[in-house]
Amino acid sequence: MKHTADLLSLSWRYLWSRPLTAALNLVLLSLGLASITLVLLVSTQIDRAFERDLAGIDLVVGAKGSPMQLILTGVFHIDAPTGNIPLAEVQALQKDPRVALLIPLSLGDSFRGHRIVGTSPDYLAHYGATMAQGAEWIGAMEAVVGADVAMGTGLQPGAQFLGAHGLGGGGHDHGEAPYTVSGVLARCGCVLDRLILTATESVWQVHEKAQAEDEEDRKILEAEREVTVALIRYSSPLAAVTLPRFVNASTSMQAAAPAIEVTRLLRMVGVGTDVLRGLGAVLLLTAGLSVFIALWGAVRERRADLAMLRMLGAPAARVAGLLVFEALWLALAASVLGMLAGHLLTGLIGLMLQAERSLPMTGWVGVPAEALVPLAAAGVAVVAALVPAWAAYRVDVAQLLGSR
Amino acid sequence: MIATQGLVYRYPGGSLLQFANMTVPQGTALLLRGDSGAGKSTWLALVAGLLTPTQGEITVAGQALNALAPAARDAWRARALGFLPQKLHLSDALTVADNLALVYFAAGLPRDAAAIHAALAALGVAALADRRPSQLSGEQAQRVALARAVLLNPRVILADEPTASLDDGAAAAALQLLREAAGRCGATLVIATHDRRVEQVFESALVHTLQP
Repeated sequence: MKHTADLLSLSWRYLWSRPLTAALNLVLLSLGLASITLVLLVSTQIDRAFERDLAGIDLVVGAKGSPMQLILTGVFHIDAPTGNIPLAEVQALQKDPRVALLIPLSLGDSFRGHRIVGTSPDYLAHYGATMAQGAEWIGAMEAVVGADVAMGTGLQPGAQFLGAHGLGGGGHDHGEAPYTVSGVLARCGCVLDRLILTATESVWQVHEKAQAEDEEDRKILEAEREVTVALIRYSSPLAAVTLPRFVNASTSMQAAAPAIEVTRLLRMVGVGTDVLRGLGAVLLLTAGLSVFIALWGAVRERRADLAMLRMLGAPAARVAGLLVFEALWLALAASVLGMLAGHLLTGLIGLMLQAERSLPMTGWVGVPAEALVPLAAAGVAVVAALVPAWAAYRVDVAQLLGSR
Repeated sequence: MIATQGLVYRYPGGSLLQFANMTVPQGTALLLRGDSGAGKSTWLALVAGLLTPTQGEITVAGQALNALAPAARDAWRARALGFLPQKLHLSDALTVADNLALVYFAAGLPRDAAAIHAALAALGVAALADRRPSQLSGEQAQRVALARAVLLNPRVILADEPTASLDDGAAAAALQLLREAAGRCGATLVIATHDRRVEQVFESALVHTLQP
């Protein structure tokens, strides 16, 4: 134990006796580890978000168009809708025995970039949402806001706000139909955190008021009511075989299976993460080579010092251990810096995504796979130190006696 | 005491060195002379237990080196032997005090700050304990290296060309210090040298000249 403490202390001082080389190696190693940490944090959080938001949704039905766009709109609320679908067709689908649950979603308006979603209370129940303040909506033009929305906009129960036309913000306000906040949802870590939820009737009411010039118009619009998306849970696994085909072939709507589309999406995202992971591996390899060159140089520079240690009676293994511990110090420092940088970068990405009202991402989480980062650093460092340590182990002590 | 008997060493290349039998009583000094290639370095390495003789026996401070395994020889060298190399090999990554502490690290002993201070003080360089070797004059560095050599009160001190590249005054001072330090430890002193000035200081020392 005493020897280890001495090795730690001595190797630390030997490492920083060449500060520029040590700092360069530290930066290289840290960059590689930061890339790997970033990939781990981002990919894990994307996977978790998809898994959480998709749980219990077997099929998404919407207007014909891109099935992936339908999933991104209907489940994750990060894309524009493909269009609307007739309410009558959705109601018919709801009565189909193959459908255990159907949750209608009506999109079109937003408040300060947060989407206003007209839906049924089933949507809250599906994600197990609970109220942090106030209560669920009872009638039209009442709304509950997600935790992120409440935090970002300051909306509290009793507050009123006007929805703006369009999902991205910047549209005209529906000045004639203000919403009243009935409650704030407790944070669920799911898509609801970013949404403003209201009764489907609220969305219809806002648009019918805006478009109808008289009562006759309003009745026509009422007869042509639409929703944007329907989230469906099957009543039995067999429905997966027949229902999507039925919807696509027999209705004006499109059915998209989230599992298939998300797998396709993750495959596309996966190319990016693979590139980043590859970049991290290249940086690690470069850092490993750099550490090797530095340690090899250190052995050459300090050959006489190492021999002197042997002359003083230090066992060969203890002298070689100095080199290995130097490398391990680098690995430890780079692990701390690299993981810190990886978390900071993920936090920055999270802030950018938050500004876009997109997927939730934070740098303040740890994932179990991160344990691999210091292990990778130690592995690279030890491999890089092996040959220099062997040279130190074999250092010719007798040369001290012949250095004329 | 150092005693060698029938000492032969064969280099990896095959050439052979034979050494005359030698006995150096404890607490005395031996001047080991000889031209380049005569085997001074090899003899020192054999006595230090760094090389294993092909034939013959070596006893240093009562320890038969042939009987020791390499690891035990390392441990013995750490405690029984002091070494003053021609190039001082003080590490500039460390302070003067830390350079002396390497002796404890090498021997697997806990660092003794008081002993380090005393060793430096005995050679008049205690005030330099926190400096880097590159900040020392040549004479100061020589004193620090000598303090390192005598820190654990060795039974034998091996000095390899301690006066090389020193002017007359500095050489005389260095030799005087070496003699005093060895005297304080009661150590046997071996000086490998071809410098005639050494004989003038160590008038009563044994002189052995190795023949190539």
